[in-house]
Amino acid sequence: MSTFLLEIVTPERKVFAEQVDMVVVKGVEGDLGIMAGHIPLVTPLRISPVKIKMNGKDTWLAVHGGFIEVGQQKVVILAESAELPEDIDVDRAKAAMVRAEQRLKMNERSKKDHVDFRRAEVSLQRALTRIEVTKHTKR
Amino acid sequence: MAKGMREIKRQIKSIQSTKQITKAMEMVAAAKLRRAQEQAQAARPYADKLKEVVTSIASGTRGVSHPMLVKRPVKKIGYLVVTSDRGLAGGYNANILRLVMDTIRERHTSKDEYVLFVIGRKGRDYFRRRGLPIVEEITELPDSPTFADIKTVAYKAVKYFDEGQYDELNVFYNQFVNALTHIPTEKRLLPLEDDATAHEGDGLTASYEFEPSPEVVLEHLLPKYAETLIYSAVLDAKASEFGARMTAMGSATKNASEMISSLTLTYNRARQAAITQEITEIVAGANAQG
Repeated sequence: MSTFLLEIVTPERKVFAEQVDMVVVKGVEGDLGIMAGHIPLVTPLRISPVKIKMNGKDTWLAVHGGFIEVGQQKVVILAESAELPEDIDVDRAKAAMVRAEQRLKMNERSKKDHVDFRRAEVSLQRALTRIEVTKHTKR
Repeated sequence: MAKGMREIKRQIKSIQSTKQITKAMEMVAAAKLRRAQEQAQAARPYADKLKEVVTSIASGTRGVSHPMLVKRPVKKIGYLVVTSDRGLAGGYNANILRLVMDTIRERHTSKDEYVLFVIGRKGRDYFRRRGLPIVEEITELPDSPTFADIKTVAYKAVKYFDEGQYDELNVFYNQFVNALTHIPTEKRLLPLEDDATAHEGDGLTASYEFEPSPEVVLEHLLPKYAETLIYSAVLDAKASEFGARMTAMGSATKNASEMISSLTLTYNRARQAAITQEITEIVAGANAQG
């Protein structure tokens, strides 16, 4: 199976750069599985786990938004933050999930503060992404 | 004479301890400077890549437009000024603030024509004292700022432009050249058109598919690009700050050494004079007895 170079870059550092078989991301339009030889493509991503298939093994990363750029030689994911499973603090993520859910409930009744509602949604998504990534990795 | 000597000795001691402090600060700044430079280096791939994609969209697809790429008549300008939280960094803050004040004086007659975003306590205090319109401020930024640290200000700066609260966004920061040289610089962030379309017709860039459409991708990408530019300006400014502090503290240490050596000389002279006088007195006494 032919491989391609996948790079995951954040403003702070290069999180990941390796030859991989396939990467599965969630774009704004839906899930995308990308393998070597894909047509050049740019699309924004949702906050969601990214699955990487490499040497017959699956690796999961938490990628918070950003883009994927599929080029001819390599694929680059640009995100404001991306975390490897070992960097994730599960307890913190769980606490954040609870907090975000509470805030969502609170705002649901009042519905007046649109920005707060959006923010809680985003942080809930982040927390869920983190939790899911660690779940997959433990198995 | 003895009293004068004690005074000099005390002064030497006090300068000695000042020297120790400046020396320590110099070394700390040097270490932080290295880290700041590394960080600026690490941020580069992200910024470069974003720029590449923006450029390829701008050049590859014609007829795509976005508010951030379009120049509009300038009624109001936003300025983002990057300063430090602490002083003792030589002319670092003074230089950048002078440039800002000169620019404002030159371009504007009333306070309604511009707004300020300030990073750093020094700049905030300066503008506040003069009663200039500050809309957003960040103080106590860590020495190695993460993207999340400046995200709020960057996001707001870009959002206000998007909403049309001002028609241009400029950033002022000390551009890092090397540890000794940093140039106070003004850079236009928004609208982006100059930068993005400069490479038009560049045949090397691959033609991409955009999902769902080039417009939507641009809409996501441009604010991010602007935020990244702000982030790299902040990193550059941080590196400059440590460079400036290192140089300032280095020369303070040198001055202290010079002062100590000249004071030591005075002290020794005074001591010698006291001894000579004592001998003269003893000899005179012995002569009188004999």
